Amino acid sequence: METANNNLTMEFTITAGDFSTAGKAASEVKRILGQIGFPPAIIRRVAVATYEAEMNIVIHSFGGKITLFITPRKINILCEDNGPGIADIDLAMQEGFSTAPDKIRELGFGAGMGLPNIKRCSDEFKIYSEVGKGTKLEISIKLVE
Amino acid sequence: MQLNQLKELLKCEVLTNEDKLDIEVKQICAAELMSNVLTCIGTNTLLITGLNNMQVIRTAEMSDIPAVIFIQGRKPNAEVIKLAQDKGIVILVTEYSLFTSCGILYASGLRCGLDGNC
Repeated sequence: METANNNLTMEFTITAGDFSTAGKAASEVKRILGQIGFPPAIIRRVAVATYEAEMNIVIHSFGGKITLFITPRKINILCEDNGPGIADIDLAMQEGFSTAPDKIRELGFGAGMGLPNIKRCSDEFKIYSEVGKGTKLEISIKLVE
Repeated sequence: MQLNQLKELLKCEVLTNEDKLDIEVKQICAAELMSNVLTCIGTNTLLITGLNNMQVIRTAEMSDIPAVIFIQGRKPNAEVIKLAQDKGIVILVTEYSLFTSCGILYASGLRCGLDGNC
């Protein structure tokens, strides 16, 4: 965690396939935002977006990282993974589309709601992906209008 | 309704945070799909589910859900119980099925947290 000029940066390494620690990064983010004193509705949106993104990295990638940049005006969440990438982003953004195997569904995920959920929590949402390289999400949640 | 009353209605065993049974329950979210739960924005919502893994507790944590009810006596493992204890989330276990549990809670006046604007 680094602070400079009223900005705060947090970086988390996410391990692929580790379901017992999946959610730890989002939990830490939630705890720190609570300590800083952000409004509960903002904390919830950041926590849900981070958690869904973290689950995606655990489920679909070969590992990655989540970086939070907190500024006085907004919270940016950058999610980058090394992974197979997404061949058809429009399809991946459709609610109900998923490539997750059954064992993920047994955990209560993999129903094709993660990316749409992240978008719903965001004020700005961008997704970039390259097959064979990985996927990057840029999520932004405004703190002031 | 207080969580205490709900505990009696569903004949629940309490596994964690028994000191928090005075929580006021406003609505219920019954789901197996955690991404569905994460779309619910209501407050003082309880989760009732047939799953009993770590992600249920993480989902409750992210969604500010103060208590989780596991159905059909499905007690979670020690790791799940510890996480719930640490995060201040109440775990209740009922022997009733999901359908029966929801029926009892609906009849007592509680409604779904996923309906309407959630």
